[in-house]
Amino acid sequence: MNRPRFRWHIVVFLAPAVLVYTAVMIFPLFNTLRLALYSEVDQSRVFVGLQNFQTLFFDPIWSEQFWNALGNNFWFFLIHMLVQNPIGIALAALLSHPRLRFSALYRSAIFIPTILSFVIVGFAWKLILSPIWGIAPSMLDAVGLKSLFAPWLGKEEYALTTLALISVWQFVGIPMMLIYAALLTIPEEILEAGEIDGITGASAFWKIKLPLILPSIGIISILTFVGNFNAFDLIYAAQGALAGPDFSTDILGTFMYRTFFGFQLQLGDPHMGSAIAGAMFAIILVGVCIYLFGIQTRMRRYQL
Amino acid sequence: MKHKSLKLALLGTTLVATSALAEDVTITIESWRNDDLTLWQDQIIPAFEAANPGIKVQFTPSAPAEYNAVLNSKLDAGSAGDLITCRPFDASLALYEAGHLTDLSGVEAMSNFSDVAKSAWQTDDGAVSFCVPMASVIHGFIYNKDAFNELGIDVPTTEDEFFAALDKIKEDGTYIPIAMGTNDQWEAATMGYNNIGPNYWKGEEGRQALIKGEQKLTDEAWTAPYATLARWGEYMGDGYEAQTYPDSQNIFTLGRAAIYPAGSWEISGFNTQADFQMGAFKPPVRNAGDTCYISDHTDIGIGMNAATENPEAAETFLAWVASPEFAEIFGNALPGFFPLSSTPVELQDPLAKEIVGWRDECESTIRSTYQILSRGTPNLENETWGASVAAIKGAKSPEELGAELQEGLASWYAPHQ
Repeated sequence: MNRPRFRWHIVVFLAPAVLVYTAVMIFPLFNTLRLALYSEVDQSRVFVGLQNFQTLFFDPIWSEQFWNALGNNFWFFLIHMLVQNPIGIALAALLSHPRLRFSALYRSAIFIPTILSFVIVGFAWKLILSPIWGIAPSMLDAVGLKSLFAPWLGKEEYALTTLALISVWQFVGIPMMLIYAALLTIPEEILEAGEIDGITGASAFWKIKLPLILPSIGIISILTFVGNFNAFDLIYAAQGALAGPDFSTDILGTFMYRTFFGFQLQLGDPHMGSAIAGAMFAIILVGVCIYLFGIQTRMRRYQL
Repeated sequence: MKHKSLKLALLGTTLVATSALAEDVTITIESWRNDDLTLWQDQIIPAFEAANPGIKVQFTPSAPAEYNAVLNSKLDAGSAGDLITCRPFDASLALYEAGHLTDLSGVEAMSNFSDVAKSAWQTDDGAVSFCVPMASVIHGFIYNKDAFNELGIDVPTTEDEFFAALDKIKEDGTYIPIAMGTNDQWEAATMGYNNIGPNYWKGEEGRQALIKGEQKLTDEAWTAPYATLARWGEYMGDGYEAQTYPDSQNIFTLGRAAIYPAGSWEISGFNTQADFQMGAFKPPVRNAGDTCYISDHTDIGIGMNAATENPEAAETFLAWVASPEFAEIFGNALPGFFPLSSTPVELQDPLAKEIVGWRDECESTIRSTYQILSRGTPNLENETWGASVAAIKGAKSPEELGAELQEGLASWYAPHQ
């Protein structure tokens, strides 16, 4: 009769993390979802079920803003996927080239914007692109391309793309670093074996390295997705809570902020705000699930 | 020897006694006026503390754009200051209804204010006042006098003269005619639409009619200002679409622009930054001889946090804010924020004096969207920002804008249904 002793130390060691995480993440998350099921009528909180979501999706006043924000969010994400990640991979491939000089310097220089605050990035780029004091118009003028300059952040058709590219500039260091790390783990022998078979240079990248770093690219994509759908800071810092011009840069984060906390004469509505937060949570959850079950499980892994 | 120690002992007891008496109470003021921090610390608070020993005052402002959100969170969490600077109308009314602000109707000093001054901080039926009115701001245009002299332009009084002046400035090319941008959106509505608008809708008459549902936003009086705003676009600087509010302020104070559509709150900032002569003119009337209307907007009040632990000290401060003494200090310390107290205050600043003088010549009104009409979703004030920008950019016609705003208002506001 030698029953295994209950291993208390596991509970003891897990407890701090579980307690802290529950208090600051899990409880607020579920409380926000709960809040979305209530509404305020005459100073008291009333349970209304899914009515807030119904308003959000079907009342034209709300749904128009919601779909606009969601569409903008997808565009924001698409630009990151099409610009940030390929550039990050290309930079990592260049940096991992053994004969590149000063690669440590380039690596740091490209990574530095990532550690800057959104407020600094937003402010600095607003100044750079300012039609009045900015260096962008004078630089374009110097090469005779002044006609290409437009007040990008103030035009409905360009503002969101401009902000997405600013965000790409800020965060391109992250995919670069992750891919760079993945590239470094590829053993020299494999590349040498390929070389013997006549696979060198660019084709070594496409045929050997890229398949081996695909799992990292998958992780980066999902990080980009979550980061972009939770984005708020840069838009708020650069364009304010009303995400102008004419809501063209409004994403789910700014829409949620404006609704939850109110803006100028618009009073805050925590219940509708929570409903938007709930919708954001659902969208991200669905996205992550599609990735985890649809893509990651099918991804082929190689034993190195 | 003995005498000396006795003296010391006596001195000691008096010291202990006074320090026990002066158990200082500290009251904290929540505000969005972080621009005024030094004025409060150097002038207003010392004057109050000198008159009321035993009460210490702390002024803790937050950024204007974040104030409402920050304040609401603090009040809900119970960490807000003893005194709350009140935004006009619904934001403060909601605070009162939620039990965060104390009923001040019984405070004697409230009789120093007219009903109009108090209207921004009362329940809809006017029965309860919950904030002491502090100041209003007046809209108009501040201009560069040197530029006007140089180009030989007279101060415009009618709209035709206004646009003739703009044409002349544009033709000359030295100055940007109008220093305003649309990036931050609110200037277009506040310094554009609600600045020139009262001349079209005849101030209070139109505003009240709109609230009662007798006029609609599709009426000529409410769409015509958009048509006028649409003409501003060509006189604004290159790339005005991305020009922010601080950009506009800087362009004007650097002497690069001739006319700045203004709120009087700019005066103190402009006085320290601009090194040229400034003047002000009121919104030009449509035809010579028309009655002029100005937006004299009740903007700042101050109320008491219902959860304060120092109600007596807070009330003392509020009574002092309502006194003519405060009005005198405040009006002169912050030229451009005009005291609302019924006792007239002598202002020293020439620009402020010029602007406050319009109160005698014109009919006063407040911003059209502030009372009652911005209660629902969509929010009429926010919509007006977008509409004013669209008008300036020429993205939509005044009739389209009027129809959109009217549709939004009618969707929730019963008198318009």
